[in-house]
Amino acid sequence: MKLLQNLFDGMKPNFEKGGKWEKFHTLYEGHRTIAFAPDLITKSKGAQIKDATDLKRVMITVVIAMIPALLFGILNIGHQHFIATGAEGTFLDKAIFGALSVLPILIVSYAVGLLTEFTFCVIRNHPISEGYLVTGMLIALVMPPFIPLWQVALATIFAVVIGKEVFGGTGMNILNVAMTARAFLYFAYPAQISGDQVWTYLGDKTAVDGFSGATALAVAYNSSLDATPVVEALGTHNADLGADFSFMSMFMGWIPGSIAETSTLMALVGAAILIATGVASWKIILGGFGGAYAMGLVMNVLAVNQYMAMPAQYHLVMGGLAFGVVFMATDPVSAAHTELGKWIYGILIGVLTVIIRVTNPAYPEGIMLAVLFMNVVAPLIDHYVVKANKTRRLQRATI
Amino acid sequence: MSKIVKLKKGFDLKLVGTAPLEFIQVAAATTFAIKPTDFPGIQRPKVLVNEGDTVKAGTPILLDKAMDQVIYASPVSGEVVEIKRGDKRKLLEIKILADTTVSYEKLGALDLEQDRATLVGKLAASGVWPNLIQRPFGIVANPADSPKAIFVSGFDTHPLAPEVPYLLQGEERYFQAGIDALSKLTAGKVHLNVDGSKAVPTIFSGVKNVQINQFSGPHPAGNVGIQIHHLDPINKGDIAWTIAPYGVVQLGKFVLEGIYDASKVIALTGSELTQKGYVKTYTGSNVSTFVGGSSQAENLRIISGNVLTGEKIENQGYLGFYHNQVTVIPEGKYEEFLGWLKPSTSKLSFHKAIGMFSFLNSGEFKVDTNTHGEERPFVVSGVFEKVLPMDILPTYLFKAIVTEDFDEMEELGLYEVIEEDVALCEFVDPSKNELQELVRHGIELLMYN
Repeated sequence: MKLLQNLFDGMKPNFEKGGKWEKFHTLYEGHRTIAFAPDLITKSKGAQIKDATDLKRVMITVVIAMIPALLFGILNIGHQHFIATGAEGTFLDKAIFGALSVLPILIVSYAVGLLTEFTFCVIRNHPISEGYLVTGMLIALVMPPFIPLWQVALATIFAVVIGKEVFGGTGMNILNVAMTARAFLYFAYPAQISGDQVWTYLGDKTAVDGFSGATALAVAYNSSLDATPVVEALGTHNADLGADFSFMSMFMGWIPGSIAETSTLMALVGAAILIATGVASWKIILGGFGGAYAMGLVMNVLAVNQYMAMPAQYHLVMGGLAFGVVFMATDPVSAAHTELGKWIYGILIGVLTVIIRVTNPAYPEGIMLAVLFMNVVAPLIDHYVVKANKTRRLQRATI
Repeated sequence: MSKIVKLKKGFDLKLVGTAPLEFIQVAAATTFAIKPTDFPGIQRPKVLVNEGDTVKAGTPILLDKAMDQVIYASPVSGEVVEIKRGDKRKLLEIKILADTTVSYEKLGALDLEQDRATLVGKLAASGVWPNLIQRPFGIVANPADSPKAIFVSGFDTHPLAPEVPYLLQGEERYFQAGIDALSKLTAGKVHLNVDGSKAVPTIFSGVKNVQINQFSGPHPAGNVGIQIHHLDPINKGDIAWTIAPYGVVQLGKFVLEGIYDASKVIALTGSELTQKGYVKTYTGSNVSTFVGGSSQAENLRIISGNVLTGEKIENQGYLGFYHNQVTVIPEGKYEEFLGWLKPSTSKLSFHKAIGMFSFLNSGEFKVDTNTHGEERPFVVSGVFEKVLPMDILPTYLFKAIVTEDFDEMEELGLYEVIEEDVALCEFVDPSKNELQELVRHGIELLMYN
């Protein structure tokens, strides 16, 4: 390690004041602190010791929590391809097929995002922050598996610049950066991110007879139109191919969808890691699932069509609800900051997701808009929680 | 009515280097210093002596022209050897070379039955007064004020903190006299708050003229600010005073003997100190004889006070006025390869993020001054709330100070906290912000605007 340290030390004069690359000192420091935890010491006044956890470790915890979903997503993309084309594929075939489609998206998301971030850091003379470790992963994971890479790059730049940097960088953003990227594509290039054709890659092969590329949410929505019970429609969808949308297969995640959103199980594994490490708020996660379930029950009571009558637990395993609630809603910067606020925020995300899914024909998936909408509302929720605290403290004075 | 308060929020830092309950033999300190920087409220300090003057214990050597009734007195008798100034002639230290036997200014024992104004006047001119601290703001109490109550925390939950009953042993008579004097200074109550997880120590159980409250829970349960919040919270316009137990003893000695006896017992702690234990010295004592030779001083941090709220001092430095503890830990000036990623059970952390397994380690931790990361914007939410057992929203309070929003600062509770109350927030913050400095900045904004 001495070698690496010497390498850094050797470059250092160039980045110091008066050095030829002085402007880029923030890049130098950013890279050095990734290789080596810095040799900074506490000031002479104030806390003389500091906790061993820093923001990098918090962020990498989130990345690690997403890895099960990523790996499952890679495998599932291969799995979906072989089902659609009717070919036989081994585990390895599926994994390689999936990796070849996911890794380019991941690489583009990180490379473009970091480049944008670095550019801003140099211009603004900010230290490089760790936030993009998580964002880069999230952007890739919520993309359809075969999205054109230039769209990924465009969405990433839009999200980092408009979603984050214009507000002042990490910690200052109002909207979840990854959701901003996805929403940008959703409204700018809907053909590549919605419909029945984008979730499964056929390549030069043709789909087998009877194959439908629709997602579970689309199937559920359409069942209302022809008045078949949703559970029956889901159960018979692609059933001949062994790829039905039973509750169990949706829970496991062997269904088409964005790269890592399909598996509720893997989202729950991630949730377990995030909650055990204390990095994400369990209140938001529990509130999100609880809110969606409760709204599902309300829909059952008010049911005027088949979709509304769908058993409420199906909402929890369909679409991206689980992934969104676990990884997107819990982003500490864009979520509510007060403890009571986190409950309200989480529950409303669940409720809104189900409302959007069931009642709005234009948006089959509700979690994206629900999270973005609640990101906007979160400061308002916090405002009232803080106000209640102030009032409580004022009332104390008169006792 | 005495209260029993059980607190849940907080965090006990278990560190290597507790002082065993015994007095150790070390050479006595020969120089002592009064540092105006120990008193955050001092606005215009004026030195009353010149280099070369001889002083007695209790001779006024400093006052604040903004509050000139209160004098800051020499803790020992001897010769003023240096008046040290820094940039822009800022007064840093007034050093006194002590006589071998201390002689005192004789001011005469205090009759507690005289009227309050006379009593306050005599106390303010005695040298013991700066022990009284005003809340809000954590500054030396103003003799012109009449506090609604006075609070004494009878235990210290800071890392490696001394055992308060051990500091006070043999001083029972003076402690009671000090409490009696305090009860004359307020129309309200004198609260003595003790550790609820143990039996009330004998030095406190017999004390009269006080309300004894029990507090239990992790640090900061021993912080007087937290205790005030749960007993009789400070709202805008309220004034309360606090005083440390050893200050009560010094007050009692003035009442009974009529002298400013600045002697105090301090604990020598920290993983790097070879000789740990308790020693008797005076306020403002030089620490060089306590911390041993200077051979390793380059790599050591000598702290006056504890690791959360203390102040770095030089090897030849002086104990802070309010401190009764010296802590010596290693400096942390090193780079660690992938230090942000490595799993470890030996690195102390409040968090359980990936690889931080310190919560599995029930032993004591050896810590150094490395910050373990760089300063970042606030990102993680809900952490400060877990270590501040008050009905206060710390994140919002800090942000109000950053944005210098006066109304918000007031409404969110800046009247109730001083640096030590947020020290734990500063420790656990993964974004490594200087929150104690921030709170003092906010207090100064409120005080001087």
